[in-house]
Formats: sequence, structure tokens, C-alpha cells
Amino acid sequence: MSPAGPRQGEALSPATASPEELRLIEGLQRREERAFTELVNRYNAGLTRLALTFVRSRAVAEEVVQETWLGVLNGIDRFEGRSSVRTWIFRILTNVAKTRAVREDRSVPFTDLESETEEGPLLDPSRFVGQGERWEGHWQWFPGPWGEPEERLLASEARGVIEDAIAALPPGQRAVITLRDIEGWDADETCNALELSETNQRVLLHRARTKVRLALEIYLEDAPLGRQRNS
Amino acid sequence: MRRLAANETADFTCKELVEVASDYLEERLSASERRRLEEHLGECEGCTTYLEQMRRTIRLIGDLREEHVSREAYEGLIVAFRTWKQAT
Repeated sequence: MSPAGPRQGEALSPATASPEELRLIEGLQRREERAFTELVNRYNAGLTRLALTFVRSRAVAEEVVQETWLGVLNGIDRFEGRSSVRTWIFRILTNVAKTRAVREDRSVPFTDLESETEEGPLLDPSRFVGQGERWEGHWQWFPGPWGEPEERLLASEARGVIEDAIAALPPGQRAVITLRDIEGWDADETCNALELSETNQRVLLHRARTKVRLALEIYLEDAPLGRQRNS
Repeated sequence: MRRLAANETADFTCKELVEVASDYLEERLSASERRRLEEHLGECEGCTTYLEQMRRTIRLIGDLREEHVSREAYEGLIVAFRTWKQAT
């Protein structure tokens, strides 16, 4: 199973279904199994990943995904191609996951995603020169170099470090970084699928990326404090 | 005491850069904000490193993407499809 994958669709406007997508939709409306398996190949992994943002276990996430596909089948005759197919499918997942998360009584309900706010700086304030001092707000020390070449990084625990950092994010940040940086979606489509405002999407993405970078920094930095600028 | 290059810009701080790094990469800054940031970057090694690490982080996150569908899940979905097809 090696579908072309949604990355190829990135340049497409998320507002409407592409001709390629319409072909799949029409196939599915004609009950063609091949159209269904192609959609599954394209989106199942991404759906599972997004589902894991909102429910506790992989088993429940897989149930949510299964329920999503049933929703796709049951809704396909009414789909008119006014949004992209994947936006539509991921929105179904979002709604199924919401219901499921409420039922599961998750500590952070999905419905709070839009209002998910965190206060406070993402980097330790002591990394910057303090108030009232000369060069206030500038690096106390430069961020240290990351020595490892990328190829080695991928084969190493860094992948696990990133996975763990993403898993530790609050649901909104995790959902946004999943669609934007793992699945490669654009901002508009992400807002659409998650029912988020543009501003919130940006804030959540910023916080998520900053935290993942920090996790990598802690893992990779040659010297914990980087190159000291003070002398 | 700190020793800094004589031409280091004081009006845009490293702390600010950290706050807008993602917006900058997303090309969401206004032209004037972008200009201030880029002027700062030209003179600040720390922020250049920081932004490069942010880009690298985003690339590495992208590598987590998988296409794989487990056989079990796949077979379950095919059964669901055939049931649906018969019923509709």
C-alpha cells in the first residue's frame, strides 16, 4: 500500500474537491471498492494519528477511525464537493472524536480546543538578559549547535524524542502540529478540519513547534548552555 | 560584562524573535516586522541558529508521517464497505 498521499494535493485549494478527489468520490458513490480502498490508503494513517490526539488509547483511536469511515460511507451520497474530500473526512473524524472524548470523560475535553490557552513564556526567561539591563531581551547565551547530521538523527532516538514531545502537548497544539507539520496541510484547511480560528491555529502551532524544538535542543545540544556569550 | 558586536541591533530583541519565529516561517509577519526581524538576523548569530533549528525541527516532524495501514484495520474496513454496499 503506497498511495500517492495527500502531500501531492498540497498545492490544491482546500476550498473545493480536486478533479482527482471528485473521481474517487464519484467512484464511491457508484459503490466501487477500489475508490474506497484508495481513500483508506491515503488517509487512514493520518486519521489515526489525529484521533490519538483526542482519545487515550490506540484501540479507541482505531475505533474512532472506523466510525469515521462509516460516517464517510453513510454521508457519501450527500457529498457535493464543496470542500476538499480530506477536509470533509477529517471533519467527520473531529466530530466523532469529540463525542467519544466526552463519553470517555477526558480531563481536557475536546470542545475546549478553541479556547485552549496557556500562559507564560515557552523558553526559560533566564535565557534572556533581564529587565533594565543592557541588551535586555537578548540571548544570555546563544542556543547551542546541534551536531548530529539529520540522517543519523532520524535513525536514532530523536524520532522518539519528537514523538514524546508531541504526545505531551495539550490537545489543540497536538492536533494543529499533526495536521500542519506531520500531514503537511496548509493553515486554511487545518482551521477548517479542526474548526479553529486562524489566529488560534497560529498560536497553537507556534507553541507546539517551540516546545518540540526545545525537546530536541535538550536532547541534542553538545553543551547544555550553548556557547556562552558573557565573558 | 557582556561583549557584543558594535553593530548589534537593540530595537528587535532575541526574545521577540522566539515569539514570532513560527509566524515568520509562515510568512505571516507584516513587511515592516519582517524587515526588523531580518535586520536583526543579519547581526545575531544566536537567532540565526535558533531559526535554523526551528526549520530543522519542522522538517524532522514531517518525517514522522506514515502511510501504513495495518492489515487488521484494512480488512475490517473492507468488511464494513461490503456490508454498506449491500445495504444501500
